[in-house]
Amino acid sequence: MRGRDILRFAAGSLRGHALRTGLSLLGVMIGVSAVVILTALGEGAKRYVTDQFAGLGTNLLIVLPGKTETSGSLGIGGVPNDLTLDDALAIERQIRSVRRVAPLTVGTEELSTGDRRRQMPVFGTTRSYLEIRNLEMARGEFLPDEEMFRGGMELVLGSKAAHELFGVSDPIGAIIRVGGWRFRVIGVLAEGGLSVGVNFDDIAIVPVRTGMRMLNRSSLFRVVAQVYAYSDLGIAKQAVLDLITERHDEEDITVLTQDAVVSTFSQILDTLTLVVGAIGAISLSVAGIGIMNVMLVSVSERTREIGLLKAIGASEPQILAVFLTEATFISTAGGVLGLIVGWSTVALLVRLYPALPASAPLWAVVAAFGLSVAVGTIFGFLPARRATQLDPVTALSRR
Amino acid sequence: MIRLSGIGRTFDVGTSKVHALVDIDEQVQSGEHIAIMGPSGSGKSTLLNILGCLDRPSVGIYELEGRAVVDLSMGDLTEIRRHRIGFVFQFFHLVPRLTAAENVELPMVFAGVPRTERRQRVAEAIAAVELSNRADHRPEQLSGGERQRIALARATIMKPSILLADEPTGNLDSQSGNVVLDLLDRMNDGGLTLLVVTHDLRVARRADRIVVLVDGKITKRVHGDQISEVLAILAES
Repeated sequence: MRGRDILRFAAGSLRGHALRTGLSLLGVMIGVSAVVILTALGEGAKRYVTDQFAGLGTNLLIVLPGKTETSGSLGIGGVPNDLTLDDALAIERQIRSVRRVAPLTVGTEELSTGDRRRQMPVFGTTRSYLEIRNLEMARGEFLPDEEMFRGGMELVLGSKAAHELFGVSDPIGAIIRVGGWRFRVIGVLAEGGLSVGVNFDDIAIVPVRTGMRMLNRSSLFRVVAQVYAYSDLGIAKQAVLDLITERHDEEDITVLTQDAVVSTFSQILDTLTLVVGAIGAISLSVAGIGIMNVMLVSVSERTREIGLLKAIGASEPQILAVFLTEATFISTAGGVLGLIVGWSTVALLVRLYPALPASAPLWAVVAAFGLSVAVGTIFGFLPARRATQLDPVTALSRR
Repeated sequence: MIRLSGIGRTFDVGTSKVHALVDIDEQVQSGEHIAIMGPSGSGKSTLLNILGCLDRPSVGIYELEGRAVVDLSMGDLTEIRRHRIGFVFQFFHLVPRLTAAENVELPMVFAGVPRTERRQRVAEAIAAVELSNRADHRPEQLSGGERQRIALARATIMKPSILLADEPTGNLDSQSGNVVLDLLDRMNDGGLTLLVVTHDLRVARRADRIVVLVDGKITKRVHGDQISEVLAILAES
């Protein structure tokens, strides 16, 4: 019996039970498309996050108070010494490869003007933050370019925050209360949306010294340092570590490079992608059991046919091949359809949500398709073997 | 051509044993037409299954064309069924999803005959049973007689030397039955050895010899024209 004849015979018997075949095929299709879609979403999330970080520039050092054993868990551990403005200033002045430094303190406060009130995040920083985060102004100015201890009462609003607090009127020059403190609005940020988890549209930015007093912080949340060149990162990182260790008499800070942060997120999201892919693969296994069930029913219904095939000279390997081909045909066709449906769904999602660069990784596509074919072969083996073991006399006498 | 010596077949039914065939001795010459008769449960079909290499005897020697069948492997038995023996069944056993032509083609598919040759031989075999105009019909679109003629074409497509038929007219009206029997006679005249299990006297009457089985034993061997002796035995049992 030739390969083409086996295929024709198997395809003919599957066509004879179109509904049953279709439902089994649907199970495999859902499994494969689930793997493709879920891994594409995971990969899309990873690319989104890494793109966000890359948008900040790759030549950044992030200094956190507290020592961590690994660079993966941000800020966990004891904080024996505060990370102070003096430390930030020392980094800026004493490390030659550092171009600029932005100290950062973070809190939440109620902002009010007239009868309008809004609770929102308040950042305390310096003008350097504008350059480091590539922020743009819609109106007015960012914080003045003065030394970080000045502690002025200027305030910059995000675009949404400005609209909600001032409506259509111009906020520049207006006085606004933050907690019990009075600030003068000097600028409004351009619409920027989300960037690495910070919504710059809904934020207030004040001078860092004032911010620390107002939020009652003795330590900075972090210091972001920008070096001149990407190649300086390693040396600068060590220099910052050495400098602060000397100042604090112990190593009680963590210095992360932008690459390390991206790598950490990348690893987390890779694991996530793998997990959701595995969940999809489980549904493929369930589809395999469906194929086995259908093939067992098929063998049971076609007992007389199997008896006949034996009587006319079909060998056991040929009968095994016919039934295995049927099972593999279902899983392969389901796999192909699953890939088509998966890719189409991902394409649709990308069109609907262009910000999410979803795309199924090649390994997931190959694994999903390979697994679907393997599932058909493995789960089809038992029914096929049962068919070959049927006694022809008993099979032919079955009514 | 066929030599049976001391053939017995015993089945285990629960804790007891049922002796379906007991000490069968028989010889069939090439081109002979044998009718196997007997009451229900006498072992006719069991004998046919052993002759057709679908079943193995519990004891005894079965020689087919000089080869001891009992010692052959499953693969060798498959080869014998594929090339030496054709089967015709009471209930036709046509594959419902295949057309008449595809059903006839089936043994050649499993024998690995090239497609072009298959088409030619199928056309000839269907023409031989006078159903060329029904080649593309499915079994459900054929009458009982037509189905059996298609089954006959399928049984002989590999040009076997032996044709085994189990109640070939059992499900047919007399007119359709006669057409099938005429075809069987014609094939027998062409040299095909014919062994037919039947209850039908019209079928038995056409045989060269009639072998009568009762309780798994051969109780009578008569010529086809001595049917009255068979009737007496069947009436007693």
